[in-house]
Amino acid sequence: MAIYIVKRFFMMIATILIIATLTFFLMHSIPGSPFDEERTSNPTIQANLEKFYKLDQPTHVQYVHYLKSIATFDFGPSIKKPNESVNKLLARGFPISFELGMVTILVAVISGITLGTFAALRHNGIIDYAAMAFAVIGISVPNFVLATVLIQQVAVNWNLLPPATWSSPLHMILPTLALATGPTAIIARLTRSSMLEVLTQDYMKMARAKGLSPMRIVLRHALRNALMPIVTIMGTMLAGILTGTFVIEKIFAIPGMGKYFVESINNRDYPVIMGSTVFYSSFLVFMLFLVDIVYGFLDPRIKLHRKEGDA
Amino acid sequence: MVSHQQKVQVPDEWFKPIGKDAEKAESVVRPSLSYWKDAWRRLRKNKLAMGGLVFLIILTLFAIFAPILSPHNIETTQYANQNLAPSSKHWFGTDDKGWDVFTRTWHGARVSLFVGVAAALIDFFIGIIYGGISGYKGGRTDTVMMRIIEILYGLPHLLVVILLMVIMGPSLTTIIVALTITGWVGMARIVRGQVLQIKNYEFVTASKSFGARTPRIIRKNLLPNTMGPIIVQMTLTVPSAIFAEAFLSFIGLGIQAPVASWGVMANDALPVILSGHWWRLFFPAFFISMTMFAFNVLGDGMQDALDPKLRG
Repeated sequence: MAIYIVKRFFMMIATILIIATLTFFLMHSIPGSPFDEERTSNPTIQANLEKFYKLDQPTHVQYVHYLKSIATFDFGPSIKKPNESVNKLLARGFPISFELGMVTILVAVISGITLGTFAALRHNGIIDYAAMAFAVIGISVPNFVLATVLIQQVAVNWNLLPPATWSSPLHMILPTLALATGPTAIIARLTRSSMLEVLTQDYMKMARAKGLSPMRIVLRHALRNALMPIVTIMGTMLAGILTGTFVIEKIFAIPGMGKYFVESINNRDYPVIMGSTVFYSSFLVFMLFLVDIVYGFLDPRIKLHRKEGDA
Repeated sequence: MVSHQQKVQVPDEWFKPIGKDAEKAESVVRPSLSYWKDAWRRLRKNKLAMGGLVFLIILTLFAIFAPILSPHNIETTQYANQNLAPSSKHWFGTDDKGWDVFTRTWHGARVSLFVGVAAALIDFFIGIIYGGISGYKGGRTDTVMMRIIEILYGLPHLLVVILLMVIMGPSLTTIIVALTITGWVGMARIVRGQVLQIKNYEFVTASKSFGARTPRIIRKNLLPNTMGPIIVQMTLTVPSAIFAEAFLSFIGLGIQAPVASWGVMANDALPVILSGHWWRLFFPAFFISMTMFAFNVLGDGMQDALDPKLRG
């Protein structure tokens, strides 16, 4: 186990390094200086600006400096917003995005597993068909479409819930709903198919023969084994939810990191794009790392240092 | 209860052995079906998947012909026709530039289908070559190739795509390039897994013992038998590519007007959603959802139809 964690840890570092390097060189391949469109016709100001952002030095020096600043979690200044740095934006926006993401994950996991379990227990029954119809629709409707429909109907036409921002639990309902429907649908489908497989196993018959209560059989014996595939997709799901927050925050005017990120894309604020990409990627890669380790602990059957070549 | 206890007379001749009929024992009861015919037969029974297929065929036909046949011009702005509600002249209404939403929707269908299919095809070719080599060679080659894949798999795809789009500038080519740079990894993993499994089967050994060379084995033995999961993966790549395109358009990295894409249309409609121009959001959103739905149910149906374990 220790060897596995160390190995996974180094792979995580390698991935982050690749992302950072890729980001750096991609940003440098853009022709022209970031100050070209500003009206800084004065060459002294131009030179000073370039010096301040270390743009006057050769690329490899900039690269080393860049890696150093990433290692110390300093993602640099914003070019388009004076007196703002990526760190400041992150400190302000990320907690909100994180909250949105976590609430979404929680809602998606709980409702998805419940839905999938009931569908499997009532296989080919009405609940099963209803749950799976919901799941296919949930996977097919993009979250930004759902979000706009929710605002239009629930907030504007029926006037039930506030249409935007993130200031109270009531405000959180619509964004969470819009963002959680897709992941809920995926989890529900996965839980259902994996439950159906588990329910036919011999140890389920055994549990029933022992006279255990149905509740105990489902919770302790079936669900625990059926949940393994869900842990595996948690990583990709997190990535989806995180990028999902970009559009949801834009639509609901939530002042999270996603909103700043989309803004920075729209006015081509390269340091902010670069900084947030690296930050978000590192965060996701770290989450994947945690998921893998949790998986290793949960499933005693996977051999953690597998033979070379059959990863 | 009474009938249950009635005595039934059973004549002895009912118990005579029928005897073996040598000819009947050898006869084939069902016509022999190839793998593909059998899969098609099972897919046809799946009403939802067939519905998806029919929808996609109609969608493709409309995407090809509707913009050609439409009398409306979507190149120059026509402020006289701004934001008209759906009517017999403009079936899906018009947008803020006076463009006919019906015509634009089918232009958008072209873009979405093209992005989806192109991404799936490119993934397919890269994935087959990379995964095929990795799985067939095995050993150290496989280990190295799989390490690379593992690292790439850890990259957050949509973020990389966003980054590439920012650098290369939004265009149709850029979207496809960005999507395939990250997308082929999943396909390569599937192909490799399949090849790894199949290359040890007896019929491959038999083929080798007859002196078949590697290209022939890959072409004749390995590829046809890996096609099932690969086709399913391709069918499911299309909706995710369509979603990615819509998503990128929606955060402002889409292709530029006057070329329409469903994501761009939805994004343009967002600010005016409260002013009651529902048709501007409804039609692109409806077609994005329906297309993704159709591809998803078709993919699910093919998964069941192509699974040899379910072959009855």
